[in-house]
Amino acid sequence: MTELIDLVLLAMLALTALKIIFLKDLFAVVMLFGIYSFLSALIFINLDAVDVAFTEASVGAGISSVLMLGTLALTGRTEKENKRSSLLPLLVVTVTGAALIYGTLDMPPFGAANNPVHEHVAPRYIEESPKEVGLPNMVTSVLASYRGFDTLGETVVVFAAAIGVLALLGVRREKTDNVRQSGFTDHYVLRIIAKLVIPLIILFALYVQFHGDFGPGGGFQAGVIAAAAFILYALVYGLPSAFRVVGPKFLQGLASFGVLLYASVGLYSMFKGGQFLDYNKLAVDPLAGQHYGIIIIELGVGITVFAVMLSIYYAFASQTERGNT
Amino acid sequence: MFILDIVSSALLIAGVFFGLTGAVGLFKFPDFFTRIHAASVTDSVAAILIIGGLLLQTSFDLNTAKLLFILAFLLITSPTASHALAKSARHGGLLCLAETTNKPTDERPHD
Repeated sequence: MTELIDLVLLAMLALTALKIIFLKDLFAVVMLFGIYSFLSALIFINLDAVDVAFTEASVGAGISSVLMLGTLALTGRTEKENKRSSLLPLLVVTVTGAALIYGTLDMPPFGAANNPVHEHVAPRYIEESPKEVGLPNMVTSVLASYRGFDTLGETVVVFAAAIGVLALLGVRREKTDNVRQSGFTDHYVLRIIAKLVIPLIILFALYVQFHGDFGPGGGFQAGVIAAAAFILYALVYGLPSAFRVVGPKFLQGLASFGVLLYASVGLYSMFKGGQFLDYNKLAVDPLAGQHYGIIIIELGVGITVFAVMLSIYYAFASQTERGNT
Repeated sequence: MFILDIVSSALLIAGVFFGLTGAVGLFKFPDFFTRIHAASVTDSVAAILIIGGLLLQTSFDLNTAKLLFILAFLLITSPTASHALAKSARHGGLLCLAETTNKPTDERPHD
Protein backbone atom coordinates (compact mmCIF):
# COMPACT_ATOMS: atom_id res chain seq x y z
CA MET A 1 0.00 0.00 0.00
CA THR A 2 2.77 2.46 0.89
CA GLU A 3 4.54 1.56 -2.37
CA LEU A 4 1.37 2.42 -4.27
CA ILE A 5 1.04 5.78 -2.50
CA ASP A 6 4.72 6.45 -3.14
CA LEU A 7 4.33 5.65 -6.82
CA VAL A 8 1.30 7.92 -7.22
CA LEU A 9 3.02 10.77 -5.38
CA LEU A 10 6.24 10.37 -7.37
CA ALA A 11 4.28 10.33 -10.63
CA MET A 12 2.50 13.54 -9.60
CA LEU A 13 5.88 15.02 -8.67
CA ALA A 14 7.24 14.21 -12.13
CA LEU A 15 4.15 15.67 -13.83
CA THR A 16 4.46 18.87 -11.79
CA ALA A 17 8.14 19.16 -12.71
CA LEU A 18 7.37 18.71 -16.41
CA LYS A 19 4.61 21.30 -16.27
CA ILE A 20 6.98 23.74 -14.55
CA ILE A 21 9.42 23.39 -17.45
CA PHE A 22 6.85 24.03 -20.15
CA LEU A 23 4.83 26.83 -18.54
CA LYS A 24 5.76 30.39 -19.48
CA ASP A 25 3.53 32.10 -16.89
CA LEU A 26 5.77 32.47 -13.87
CA PHE A 27 2.93 33.02 -11.39
CA ALA A 28 1.58 29.59 -12.29
CA VAL A 29 5.12 28.22 -11.99
CA VAL A 30 5.41 29.55 -8.44
CA MET A 31 2.11 27.90 -7.51
CA LEU A 32 3.34 24.64 -9.06
CA PHE A 33 6.53 24.92 -7.01
CA GLY A 34 4.30 25.11 -3.93
CA ILE A 35 2.45 21.99 -5.05
CA TYR A 36 5.80 20.29 -5.72
CA SER A 37 6.92 21.01 -2.17
CA PHE A 38 3.67 19.73 -0.71
CA LEU A 39 3.98 16.54 -2.73
CA SER A 40 7.52 15.98 -1.50
CA ALA A 41 6.33 16.66 2.04
CA LEU A 42 3.72 13.93 1.58
CA ILE A 43 6.44 11.55 0.33
CA PHE A 44 8.51 12.35 3.42
CA ILE A 45 5.50 11.61 5.64
CA ASN A 46 5.07 8.33 3.83
CA LEU A 47 8.71 7.58 4.65
CA ASP A 48 8.01 8.44 8.33
CA ALA A 49 10.33 11.46 8.18
CA VAL A 50 7.86 13.82 9.82
CA ASP A 51 10.38 16.50 10.78
CA VAL A 52 11.67 16.81 7.23
CA ALA A 53 8.12 16.86 5.90
CA PHE A 54 7.28 19.65 8.32
CA THR A 55 10.28 21.68 7.15
CA GLU A 56 9.48 21.04 3.50
CA ALA A 57 5.87 22.11 3.93
CA SER A 58 6.63 25.26 5.89
CA VAL A 59 9.76 26.39 4.02
CA GLY A 60 9.18 24.99 0.53
CA ALA A 61 5.47 25.54 0.16
CA GLY A 62 5.02 28.41 2.58
CA ILE A 63 7.78 30.97 2.78
CA SER A 64 9.51 30.35 -0.55
CA SER A 65 6.24 30.79 -2.47
CA VAL A 66 5.79 34.19 -0.83
CA LEU A 67 9.42 35.16 -1.50
CA MET A 68 9.20 34.03 -5.13
CA LEU A 69 5.97 36.00 -5.60
CA GLY A 70 7.76 38.99 -4.09
CA THR A 71 10.52 38.53 -6.65
CA LEU A 72 7.99 38.29 -9.47
CA ALA A 73 6.43 41.55 -8.35
CA LEU A 74 9.84 43.09 -9.02
CA THR A 75 10.74 41.33 -12.24
CA GLY A 76 7.55 40.64 -14.21
CA ARG A 77 5.36 37.64 -14.71
CA THR A 78 6.26 36.00 -18.02
CA GLU A 79 9.35 34.09 -18.91
CA LYS A 80 11.59 35.61 -21.57
CA GLU A 81 11.38 33.82 -24.89
CA ASN A 82 14.54 31.87 -25.56
CA LYS A 83 15.47 31.90 -29.22
CA ARG A 84 18.57 29.75 -29.04
CA SER A 85 18.59 26.09 -29.94
CA SER A 86 18.05 23.76 -27.02
CA LEU A 87 19.93 20.82 -28.52
CA LEU A 88 23.13 21.21 -26.52
CA PRO A 89 21.37 21.64 -23.13
CA LEU A 90 19.20 18.61 -23.98
CA LEU A 91 22.33 16.58 -24.70
CA VAL A 92 23.96 17.67 -21.42
CA VAL A 93 20.82 16.88 -19.42
CA THR A 94 20.39 13.50 -21.11
CA VAL A 95 23.99 12.48 -20.48
CA THR A 96 23.85 13.64 -16.86
CA GLY A 97 20.53 11.90 -16.28
CA ALA A 98 21.81 8.69 -17.86
CA ALA A 99 24.93 8.83 -15.67
CA LEU A 100 22.80 9.32 -12.57
CA ILE A 101 20.52 6.42 -13.47
CA TYR A 102 23.60 4.30 -14.19
CA GLY A 103 24.86 5.27 -10.73
CA THR A 104 21.66 4.04 -9.07
CA LEU A 105 22.32 0.55 -10.45
CA ASP A 106 25.08 0.17 -7.84
CA MET A 107 22.81 1.27 -5.00
CA PRO A 108 21.64 -1.31 -2.49
CA PRO A 109 17.99 -2.39 -2.82
CA PHE A 110 15.41 0.10 -1.52
CA GLY A 111 14.44 -0.51 2.09
CA ALA A 112 16.67 -3.57 2.65
CA ALA A 113 17.62 -4.13 6.29
CA ASN A 114 21.37 -4.43 5.71
CA ASN A 115 21.75 -1.18 3.73
CA PRO A 116 24.75 0.94 4.74
CA VAL A 117 22.48 3.70 6.11
CA HIS A 118 21.03 1.27 8.62
CA GLU A 119 24.39 -0.10 9.73
CA HIS A 120 26.57 2.97 10.11
CA VAL A 121 25.71 5.41 12.94
CA ALA A 122 21.93 5.01 12.95
CA PRO A 123 21.82 1.98 15.30
CA ARG A 124 24.07 3.75 17.78
CA TYR A 125 21.79 6.82 17.78
CA ILE A 126 18.72 4.67 18.23
CA GLU A 127 20.22 2.62 21.06
CA GLU A 128 22.24 5.22 22.91
CA SER A 129 20.41 8.53 22.45
CA PRO A 130 17.67 7.77 25.00
CA LYS A 131 20.44 7.24 27.58
CA GLU A 132 22.78 10.00 26.44
CA VAL A 133 20.33 12.75 25.51
CA GLY A 134 17.01 11.43 26.74
CA LEU A 135 14.67 13.18 24.32
CA PRO A 136 11.62 11.38 22.93
CA ASN A 137 12.21 12.95 19.49
CA MET A 138 15.40 11.32 18.27
CA VAL A 139 15.61 13.65 15.27
CA THR A 140 16.07 16.60 17.60
CA SER A 141 18.72 14.70 19.57
CA VAL A 142 20.71 14.05 16.41
CA LEU A 143 20.16 17.49 14.94
CA ALA A 144 20.83 19.56 18.02
CA SER A 145 23.23 17.44 20.06
CA TYR A 146 25.17 14.87 18.02
CA ARG A 147 25.26 17.10 14.95
CA GLY A 148 25.21 20.37 16.87
CA PHE A 149 28.18 21.69 14.95
CA ASP A 150 26.47 21.02 11.58
CA THR A 151 23.34 22.78 12.75
CA LEU A 152 25.42 25.77 13.83
CA GLY A 153 26.81 25.79 10.30
CA GLU A 154 23.30 25.68 8.83
CA THR A 155 22.22 28.58 11.01
CA VAL A 156 25.22 30.57 9.85
CA VAL A 157 24.31 29.75 6.24
CA VAL A 158 20.79 31.11 6.80
CA PHE A 159 22.33 34.20 8.37
CA ALA A 160 24.73 34.59 5.43
CA ALA A 161 21.77 34.36 3.01
CA ALA A 162 20.17 37.32 4.75
CA ILE A 163 23.40 39.30 4.54
CA GLY A 164 23.60 38.55 0.81
CA VAL A 165 20.01 39.60 0.09
CA LEU A 166 20.29 42.74 2.20
CA ALA A 167 23.58 43.68 0.55
CA LEU A 168 21.97 43.35 -2.88
CA LEU A 169 18.55 44.86 -2.20
CA GLY A 170 18.63 46.65 1.11
CA VAL A 171 15.56 47.81 3.00
CA ARG A 172 14.62 51.31 1.91
CA ARG A 173 12.94 53.22 4.62
CA GLU A 174 11.55 56.41 3.27
CA LYS A 175 9.45 58.75 5.28
CA THR A 176 6.33 58.37 3.20
CA ASP A 177 3.04 58.37 5.01
CA ASN A 178 1.36 56.01 2.60
CA VAL A 179 0.08 53.69 5.27
CA ARG A 180 -3.38 53.90 3.76
CA GLN A 181 -2.27 53.03 0.24
CA SER A 182 -0.29 50.01 1.29
CA GLY A 183 -1.91 46.67 2.04
CA PHE A 184 -5.43 45.55 1.26
CA THR A 185 -7.43 48.47 2.55
CA ASP A 186 -10.77 47.44 1.07
CA HIS A 187 -10.55 43.73 1.90
CA TYR A 188 -12.48 43.95 5.19
CA VAL A 189 -12.93 40.20 5.49
CA LEU A 190 -9.24 39.61 4.97
CA ARG A 191 -8.27 42.20 7.56
CA ILE A 192 -10.56 40.79 10.22
CA ILE A 193 -9.60 37.19 9.56
CA ALA A 194 -5.91 38.10 9.55
CA LYS A 195 -6.33 39.74 12.94
CA LEU A 196 -8.00 36.57 14.17
CA VAL A 197 -5.48 34.16 12.69
CA ILE A 198 -2.15 35.88 13.35
CA PRO A 199 -2.14 35.25 17.14
CA LEU A 200 -2.98 31.60 16.48
CA ILE A 201 -0.08 31.28 14.04
CA ILE A 202 2.36 32.83 16.51
CA LEU A 203 1.06 30.57 19.26
CA PHE A 204 1.54 27.58 16.98
CA ALA A 205 5.07 28.74 16.17
CA LEU A 206 5.90 28.87 19.88
CA TYR A 207 4.40 25.41 20.34
CA VAL A 208 6.51 24.05 17.49
CA GLN A 209 9.58 25.79 18.91
CA PHE A 210 9.35 24.43 22.43
CA HIS A 211 7.70 21.13 21.64
CA GLY A 212 10.44 20.18 19.19
CA ASP A 213 12.10 18.01 21.84
CA PHE A 214 9.01 15.82 22.11
CA GLY A 215 7.44 15.84 18.67
CA PRO A 216 8.16 16.94 15.14
CA GLY A 217 9.30 20.52 14.96
CA GLY A 218 12.09 22.73 16.16
CA GLY A 219 13.78 26.03 15.53
CA PHE A 220 13.76 25.97 11.74
CA GLN A 221 10.05 25.27 11.37
CA ALA A 222 9.05 27.58 14.22
CA GLY A 223 11.06 30.48 12.85
CA VAL A 224 9.47 30.10 9.44
CA ILE A 225 5.95 29.86 10.88
CA ALA A 226 6.43 32.94 13.05
CA ALA A 227 7.83 34.83 10.06
CA ALA A 228 4.75 33.76 8.08
CA ALA A 229 2.50 35.41 10.67
CA PHE A 230 4.36 38.72 10.35
CA ILE A 231 4.44 38.47 6.55
CA LEU A 232 0.66 37.98 6.60
CA TYR A 233 0.39 41.12 8.71
CA ALA A 234 2.64 43.04 6.31
CA LEU A 235 0.66 41.82 3.30
CA VAL A 236 -2.75 42.71 4.69
CA TYR A 237 -2.01 45.85 6.68
CA GLY A 238 0.83 47.22 4.60
CA LEU A 239 4.57 47.35 5.01
CA PRO A 240 4.76 50.60 7.03
CA SER A 241 2.49 49.12 9.72
CA ALA A 242 4.67 46.02 9.85
CA PHE A 243 7.78 48.20 10.14
CA ARG A 244 6.24 49.78 13.21
CA VAL A 245 5.76 46.36 14.83
CA VAL A 246 9.20 44.93 13.98
CA GLY A 247 11.62 47.29 12.31
CA PRO A 248 14.24 46.13 9.80
CA LYS A 249 17.10 47.33 12.00
CA PHE A 250 15.76 45.37 14.97
CA LEU A 251 15.49 42.28 12.76
CA GLN A 252 19.12 42.56 11.70
CA GLY A 253 20.13 42.61 15.34
CA LEU A 254 17.83 39.68 16.06
CA ALA A 255 19.33 37.59 13.23
CA SER A 256 22.83 37.95 14.60
CA PHE A 257 21.59 37.46 18.16
CA GLY A 258 20.28 34.00 17.29
CA VAL A 259 23.60 32.86 15.84
CA LEU A 260 25.49 34.36 18.78
CA LEU A 261 23.16 32.66 21.27
CA TYR A 262 23.88 29.33 19.59
CA ALA A 263 27.63 29.88 19.51
CA SER A 264 27.74 31.21 23.06
CA VAL A 265 26.30 27.91 24.33
CA GLY A 266 29.33 26.28 22.75
CA LEU A 267 31.72 28.77 24.32
CA TYR A 268 30.04 28.41 27.71
CA SER A 269 30.49 24.65 27.61
CA MET A 270 34.18 25.26 26.84
CA PHE A 271 34.43 27.50 29.90
CA LYS A 272 32.91 24.73 31.94
CA GLY A 273 35.76 22.47 30.87
CA GLY A 274 34.16 20.56 28.04
CA GLN A 275 34.54 20.75 24.29
CA PHE A 276 32.71 23.18 22.00
CA LEU A 277 28.94 22.49 22.22
CA ASP A 278 29.41 19.78 24.84
CA TYR A 279 26.05 20.10 26.57
CA ASN A 280 26.94 17.55 29.23
CA LYS A 281 28.90 20.22 31.06
CA LEU A 282 26.05 22.77 31.17
CA ALA A 283 24.54 21.32 34.33
CA VAL A 284 25.57 18.96 37.09
CA ASP A 285 23.45 16.19 35.62
CA PRO A 286 24.58 15.48 32.02
CA LEU A 287 21.03 14.69 30.88
CA ALA A 288 19.71 18.00 32.24
CA GLY A 289 22.66 19.74 30.57
CA GLN A 290 21.69 18.16 27.26
CA HIS A 291 18.12 19.40 27.66
CA TYR A 292 19.20 22.96 28.52
CA GLY A 293 21.62 23.05 25.62
CA ILE A 294 19.12 21.77 23.09
CA ILE A 295 16.38 24.17 24.20
CA ILE A 296 18.73 27.17 24.02
CA ILE A 297 20.30 26.35 20.67
CA GLU A 298 16.88 25.58 19.16
CA LEU A 299 15.79 29.00 20.38
CA GLY A 300 18.82 30.54 18.70
CA VAL A 301 17.99 28.75 15.45
CA GLY A 302 14.36 29.85 15.66
CA ILE A 303 15.24 33.49 16.29
CA THR A 304 17.74 33.61 13.43
CA VAL A 305 15.45 31.87 10.94
CA PHE A 306 12.53 34.13 11.91
CA ALA A 307 14.58 37.31 11.57
CA VAL A 308 16.22 36.22 8.31
CA MET A 309 12.99 35.18 6.59
CA LEU A 310 11.23 38.36 7.63
CA SER A 311 14.07 40.65 6.61
CA ILE A 312 14.36 38.97 3.21
CA TYR A 313 10.64 39.54 2.74
CA TYR A 314 11.05 43.16 3.87
CA ALA A 315 13.85 43.64 1.34
CA PHE A 316 11.71 42.40 -1.57
CA ALA A 317 8.51 44.12 -0.47
CA SER A 318 10.09 47.51 0.19
CA GLN A 319 11.62 47.46 -3.29
CA THR A 320 8.21 46.67 -4.78
CA GLU A 321 6.47 49.43 -2.82
CA ARG A 322 9.11 51.91 -3.89
CA GLY A 323 8.41 50.98 -7.51
CA ASN A 324 4.68 51.49 -7.03
CA THR A 325 4.76 54.93 -5.44
CA MET B 1 -17.61 0.86 18.04
CA PHE B 2 -19.01 -0.83 14.97
CA ILE B 3 -21.63 1.87 14.43
CA LEU B 4 -19.01 4.58 14.90
CA ASP B 5 -16.88 2.92 12.22
CA ILE B 6 -19.80 2.86 9.80
CA VAL B 7 -20.65 6.52 10.43
CA SER B 8 -17.00 7.44 10.15
CA SER B 9 -16.52 5.69 6.82
CA ALA B 10 -19.76 7.18 5.51
CA LEU B 11 -18.46 10.64 6.38
CA LEU B 12 -15.08 9.90 4.78
CA ILE B 13 -16.68 8.60 1.59
CA ALA B 14 -18.95 11.63 1.41
CA GLY B 15 -15.93 13.86 1.93
CA VAL B 16 -14.04 12.15 -0.88
CA PHE B 17 -17.12 12.49 -3.10
CA PHE B 18 -17.32 16.24 -2.50
CA GLY B 19 -13.58 16.55 -3.06
CA LEU B 20 -13.96 14.82 -6.41
CA THR B 21 -16.93 16.94 -7.46
CA GLY B 22 -14.90 20.01 -6.57
CA ALA B 23 -12.07 18.82 -8.80
CA VAL B 24 -14.46 18.00 -11.67
CA GLY B 25 -16.13 21.39 -11.30
CA LEU B 26 -12.78 23.11 -11.33
CA PHE B 27 -12.13 21.67 -14.78
CA LYS B 28 -15.63 21.72 -16.27
CA PHE B 29 -17.14 25.02 -15.17
CA PRO B 30 -17.07 27.81 -17.75
CA ASP B 31 -15.59 30.85 -15.99
CA PHE B 32 -13.42 31.85 -13.05
CA PHE B 33 -16.17 32.56 -10.53
CA THR B 34 -18.05 29.31 -11.02
CA ARG B 35 -14.74 27.46 -10.82
CA ILE B 36 -13.82 29.09 -7.55
CA HIS B 37 -17.26 28.12 -6.29
CA ALA B 38 -16.48 24.49 -7.10
CA ALA B 39 -13.04 24.70 -5.53
CA SER B 40 -14.39 26.23 -2.33
CA VAL B 41 -16.74 23.26 -1.97
CA THR B 42 -13.64 21.08 -1.73
CA ASP B 43 -12.13 23.45 0.80
CA SER B 44 -15.09 23.64 3.12
CA VAL B 45 -17.56 20.75 2.86
CA ALA B 46 -15.04 18.05 1.98
CA ALA B 47 -12.68 19.20 4.74
CA ILE B 48 -15.49 19.18 7.34
CA LEU B 49 -16.66 15.71 6.29
CA ILE B 50 -13.18 14.16 6.17
CA ILE B 51 -12.08 15.63 9.49
CA GLY B 52 -15.44 14.65 10.98
CA GLY B 53 -14.84 11.11 9.80
CA LEU B 54 -11.35 11.12 11.28
CA LEU B 55 -12.66 12.54 14.56
CA LEU B 56 -14.81 9.46 15.04
CA GLN B 57 -11.73 7.26 14.59
CA THR B 58 -9.95 8.84 17.57
CA SER B 59 -10.56 7.79 21.15
CA PHE B 60 -11.25 11.31 22.47
CA ASP B 61 -7.71 12.18 23.47
CA LEU B 62 -5.19 14.78 22.36
CA ASN B 63 -5.64 13.80 18.73
CA THR B 64 -9.32 14.75 18.90
CA ALA B 65 -8.41 18.21 20.16
CA LYS B 66 -5.78 18.62 17.44
CA LEU B 67 -8.24 17.61 14.73
CA LEU B 68 -10.80 20.05 16.13
CA PHE B 69 -8.19 22.82 16.00
CA ILE B 70 -7.40 21.95 12.38
CA LEU B 71 -11.10 21.96 11.58
CA ALA B 72 -11.63 25.37 13.18
CA PHE B 73 -8.59 26.76 11.39
CA LEU B 74 -9.76 25.40 8.03
CA LEU B 75 -13.28 26.75 8.57
CA ILE B 76 -11.84 30.21 9.15
CA THR B 77 -9.17 30.27 6.46
CA SER B 78 -10.50 28.44 3.39
CA PRO B 79 -13.62 30.57 2.85
CA THR B 80 -11.45 33.63 3.40
CA ALA B 81 -9.01 32.43 0.75
CA SER B 82 -11.82 31.84 -1.75
CA HIS B 83 -13.36 35.20 -0.91
CA ALA B 84 -10.05 37.03 -1.31
CA LEU B 85 -9.40 35.33 -4.65
CA ALA B 86 -12.84 36.17 -6.02
CA LYS B 87 -12.70 39.72 -4.75
CA SER B 88 -9.24 40.31 -6.18
CA ALA B 89 -10.37 38.91 -9.54
CA ARG B 90 -13.39 41.21 -9.51
CA HIS B 91 -11.23 44.11 -8.44
CA GLY B 92 -8.79 43.34 -11.24
CA GLY B 93 -11.63 43.64 -13.77
CA LEU B 94 -12.43 40.00 -14.50
CA LEU B 95 -16.03 39.58 -15.65
CA CYS B 96 -18.23 36.56 -15.17
CA LEU B 97 -19.51 34.59 -18.17
CA ALA B 98 -22.97 36.25 -18.35
CA GLU B 99 -21.44 39.71 -18.43
CA THR B 100 -18.95 38.84 -21.15
CA THR B 101 -21.57 37.24 -23.40
CA ASN B 102 -23.95 40.22 -23.03
CA LYS B 103 -21.23 42.56 -24.21
CA PRO B 104 -20.38 41.52 -27.74
CA THR B 105 -17.48 44.00 -27.96
CA ASP B 106 -15.54 42.27 -25.22
CA GLU B 107 -13.60 39.16 -25.95
CA ARG B 108 -14.42 36.09 -24.00
CA PRO B 109 -11.63 35.21 -21.59
CA HIS B 110 -9.51 32.33 -22.65
CA ASP B 111 -9.82 29.08 -20.82
